[in-house]
Amino acid sequence: MSDKSVSVVGGTARLVAIAAIAAVIVALAWQVTRRPIAENLHAQRMAEFSAVLGSVSFDTLDYDNFMRIEAPHDLPGDEAAIIYTAMRDDQVAAWVFVVQAAGYNGPIRLMIGLNPALDVTAVRVLEHAETPGLADGIERSKSDWIDGFNNERVVNESDPRWALRQQGGAFDSFTGASITPRAIVHAVRDTVAWAKRNSEDRLGTKTDD
Amino acid sequence: MTDIRSIVSDGLWHNNAGMVQLLGLCPLLAISNTAVNALGLALATLAVLTLSNVLVSLARPLLQPEIRIPAYVLVIAALVTASELIFNAFLPSLHARLGIFLPLIVTNCAIVARAESFASRQSPGLALVDGFAYGLGFGWVLVVIGIARELIGTGTVFAGLNLLIPSMPATGITITDGGMLLALLPPGAFFALAALLVVRNLIHAKRVR
Repeated sequence: MSDKSVSVVGGTARLVAIAAIAAVIVALAWQVTRRPIAENLHAQRMAEFSAVLGSVSFDTLDYDNFMRIEAPHDLPGDEAAIIYTAMRDDQVAAWVFVVQAAGYNGPIRLMIGLNPALDVTAVRVLEHAETPGLADGIERSKSDWIDGFNNERVVNESDPRWALRQQGGAFDSFTGASITPRAIVHAVRDTVAWAKRNSEDRLGTKTDD
Repeated sequence: MTDIRSIVSDGLWHNNAGMVQLLGLCPLLAISNTAVNALGLALATLAVLTLSNVLVSLARPLLQPEIRIPAYVLVIAALVTASELIFNAFLPSLHARLGIFLPLIVTNCAIVARAESFASRQSPGLALVDGFAYGLGFGWVLVVIGIARELIGTGTVFAGLNLLIPSMPATGITITDGGMLLALLPPGAFFALAALLVVRNLIHAKRVR
């Protein structure tokens, strides 16, 4: 009985010592990598923002300061939507929307840039789970399909141009995969339409159509 | 049993973690879709396995039978966390592609298996050789499957090598045009591993005879 309690105490003490060694390893690694990780994150966010803002020039885009619209909302997607604001000379230079299109294999996270007139500046796919090979076209690193959204304008929610070419729209489909591009086209259209409907009360601006 | 040559040949071939022990199949199958992903995970696993073997061997005075499993888990979890931080800081795009499989190295039972069956009984020097040999053995199987799947799936090899070595071309080596998509999808992993096991068993059968 007493032997056993000694070994429990001893075992616990040894385990605590090993946990302390493990904690030191993690602390050292964190110390070394903390700054590069923060810098990478910043560079990656800024690269994403610049990619969707195209030629729009802006002074500040604070990615810690965003509007979060909790689901259920009438933007595309079932998760919260995020809206960042890029400023220039104290005026809004652009908005960046992060929404989800309903892809074939689940949500496709999209980043959509809109200028103050609510034209699309550019669109990028942040994350998706579509079938590799078939839906490669949505990745900017593999295809320029997504550039088809550059400087596009949405007239209203039933704008006939915002469909795939086979339905009389303005956007190309991919061989073997039409659900994916259609989902993105519609998500972008619905995001712009939402921005137009809500420009005064949610985005705090008046746009002249 | 403990001479260096037999440790190395066990790790690389006779008792290979991926091909003979069939341990660590989850990362082996999931991350072998391209040669670069496979190489990245192979390097991370190699580092974690080697260091965990050394640390477990050094911690032998602290180990006792009752606490050895939580002790291994602590050591391995600390090393995996550190390696994930290091990838995130210095190879961010590869970190983004490997995603959840980097932290999941912690569940690779090949690592606990070496800690339990070798490092906890042997000197740090031998434990280092053992960890390195088994890490290399797991790694080459991973990379061979990665090369085969990428080649059959897309016709290229080592596309995206710039994620690992910035001076290398992003396009890799193109061998054929296009490929069989199946190889990139999950079933392709099982077919590739099965083919490798067939080859291994044929060689083994020949030697025994």
